[in-house]
Amino acid sequence: MSTVKEPAERHTLSMLVDNEPGVLARIVGLFSGRGYNIDSLTVSEVSHASHLSRITVVTTGAPPIIEQIKSQLDRLVPVHRVVDLTVVGKSVERELALIKVRGKGEVRQEALLIADSFRARTVDTTLESFVFEITGKPEKIDQFVSLLEPLGLVEVSRTGVAAIGRGAEGM
Amino acid sequence: MMREMTGAEMVMQALIDQGVEHMFGYPGGAVLPIYDAMFHQNQVKHILVRHEQGAVHMAEGYARSSGKVGVVLVTSGPGATNAVTGLTDALLDSIPLVCITGQVPTHLIGSDAFQECDTVGITRPCTKHNYLVRDINDLARVMHEAFYVAQNGRPGPVVVDIPKDVQFAKGMYVGPENIQHRTYQPRLKGDPEKIKAAVEMLAKAKRPILYTGGGVINSGPEASRLLREFARLSGYPVTSTLMGLGAFPASDKQWLGMLGMHGTYEANMAMHDCDVMVCIGARFDDRITGRVDAFSPGSKKIHIDIDPSSINKNIKVDLPIIGDVKHVLEDMLTMWRAMKAEPDRKAIAGWWGQIDKWRARKSLAFKPSDRIIKPQQAIKALYDQVKDKDVYITTEVGQHQMWAAQHFHFEEPNRWMTSGGLGTMGYGLPAAIGAQVAHPESLVIDIAGEASIQMCLQELSTALQFDLPIKIFVLNNEYMGMVRQWQDLLHGGRYSHSYSESLPDFVKLAEAYGGVGIRCSNPADLDGAIHEMISVNRPVLFDCLVDKMENCLPMIPSGKPHNEMILPDHPEALDEAIDEEGKMLV
Repeated sequence: MSTVKEPAERHTLSMLVDNEPGVLARIVGLFSGRGYNIDSLTVSEVSHASHLSRITVVTTGAPPIIEQIKSQLDRLVPVHRVVDLTVVGKSVERELALIKVRGKGEVRQEALLIADSFRARTVDTTLESFVFEITGKPEKIDQFVSLLEPLGLVEVSRTGVAAIGRGAEGM
Repeated sequence: MMREMTGAEMVMQALIDQGVEHMFGYPGGAVLPIYDAMFHQNQVKHILVRHEQGAVHMAEGYARSSGKVGVVLVTSGPGATNAVTGLTDALLDSIPLVCITGQVPTHLIGSDAFQECDTVGITRPCTKHNYLVRDINDLARVMHEAFYVAQNGRPGPVVVDIPKDVQFAKGMYVGPENIQHRTYQPRLKGDPEKIKAAVEMLAKAKRPILYTGGGVINSGPEASRLLREFARLSGYPVTSTLMGLGAFPASDKQWLGMLGMHGTYEANMAMHDCDVMVCIGARFDDRITGRVDAFSPGSKKIHIDIDPSSINKNIKVDLPIIGDVKHVLEDMLTMWRAMKAEPDRKAIAGWWGQIDKWRARKSLAFKPSDRIIKPQQAIKALYDQVKDKDVYITTEVGQHQMWAAQHFHFEEPNRWMTSGGLGTMGYGLPAAIGAQVAHPESLVIDIAGEASIQMCLQELSTALQFDLPIKIFVLNNEYMGMVRQWQDLLHGGRYSHSYSESLPDFVKLAEAYGGVGIRCSNPADLDGAIHEMISVNRPVLFDCLVDKMENCLPMIPSGKPHNEMILPDHPEALDEAIDEEGKMLV
């Protein structure tokens, strides 16, 4: 590797894998065993008929490391395809989060206002709490959470990033 | 072929249909049904080992010397965990294996049952792929897939874990002809545009070098033949990694010897000073590159590899060609001829002039003694006596391994079996047994050290049981020599626990097993003793007492580039060779 340290980049990788036991462990084990980062990971079956799952990994690393990650993933036997959505063109990234806030009086009002301006939905209400549902880019969710922090933030549950390329073509 | 049979019968039938003639294994509770199915057939011969690690190394020696897939059968729990070292060894050296492990019945999985372990979990990072077969209807397909995955693309070990109830269950067997792998389709042919670019780059080269590796051996004998053809056509120099020895004949004048940490001066200097390097089936391992930021600084690098993840992993290359060595070399030769490429004869002659100057340093020189056997002298004496025979060499790991690589010379591929990537002490004896099983009429010699040999010594019993007349040539210096050498280099000569204390009497030990023991300590007796060893048609343990303090040179100290080698005429340079940064490296 060249000695000039290249700055780390954030890449979103999407892969189609056989939906079989152990496939997620293979992917996660590859990242931990070789010392790569996982910033976010989502996995779910996308085709029941052909037993395919789609895994989206957000990772950070210098460009040669990103290349290594892709080719290491690609040589796993149950991995059909690996696409780097960050380099192939424009893509859409979305994440869903559920956020619980606790409070009374004015802060309650304030939380509702902020939720409204972020187009978050209220999915659970008690006299002293709300659970908001928000969907968007990870940065938007980060921002929403940080605004709720002083208003009695209790807990956050995030799905991790799901991503898909723009345009008519599939991966 | 569709036929109803039990899972255990399917395993045996699949082995037969895959053309397996030998397997290496050890029975236990969770594989008894398979051993019973084995009892009812005589097509696949089973070699009973003494420890499961031995079984895997035997399968490696068998595979590497024959080009076939090595097959292992072990039980659940400790059977599987004992196999892990061998599996990791096979993964790092790209050896095709299928290892069948028994597992507790499916309803007990996860209950910490007797001899249960999470075999697929444990072996996931040390196999190319692994399977847990929970359904009898998947078993035949998985068995055939395992053979396909093990030997296609970059070869490697595959584990098939079969619970005991699946071995008893009945289902329909399918033969290998109907099996097609859904996803795993490695690319064999290189991109023609890139091959063309490579030929253009090579034809213009003034100081080229062909840097070859184990991938040439794995690609089959045809790849070695094509490599020779290309070398002859171009007149370019050839070097190789430890794993690639034999792909190019050592007697050829274009051969520079092995490269890397204990490679020759001419090979390493040529790597450092070349202007075009073609890496063929090798992976820029740290034993090869030395300090990476000073690795071959002025060269354009072409890399031919079947595994895309090898490209740009350690060293950035200019022209990667993904494909099987045989196919790529074939296309390169065709392209070279079609383009009427001509090497720059004048420049190449000048390059050879420079290489000859490096050669004249005689980096493998040593001073023979008539008082004490020098280890290099022992290898040389062995080589001189067996070089014209049909011989296969295996090694353990350490100084003796490097001396064997330096002083034993190979003309053909598949003749040299060593643990390169993992560096597994204990590999050589079982690997020799595996090679002898594949080549019963040939002379098979394990070049060993007195420390390494004790790691899998129990397999001597296997050699006796199956009439496998392997020879174990132990260079006994009463030290873990490479550890001692590094303690000299890095730790002020404080030999912390590197002395081989309480050694057994190897002659008596050989005799206790029913083999032949020979001891030699006098240089004058060496030739006669070696002659005696190779004349006996029984397993021999040869205890060769050598100079205790000899260091393995030449050497690129860790953290140094290729052009800062320590040569045998200046061994004192070892004392301050490694700086603080280099000490961190291994």
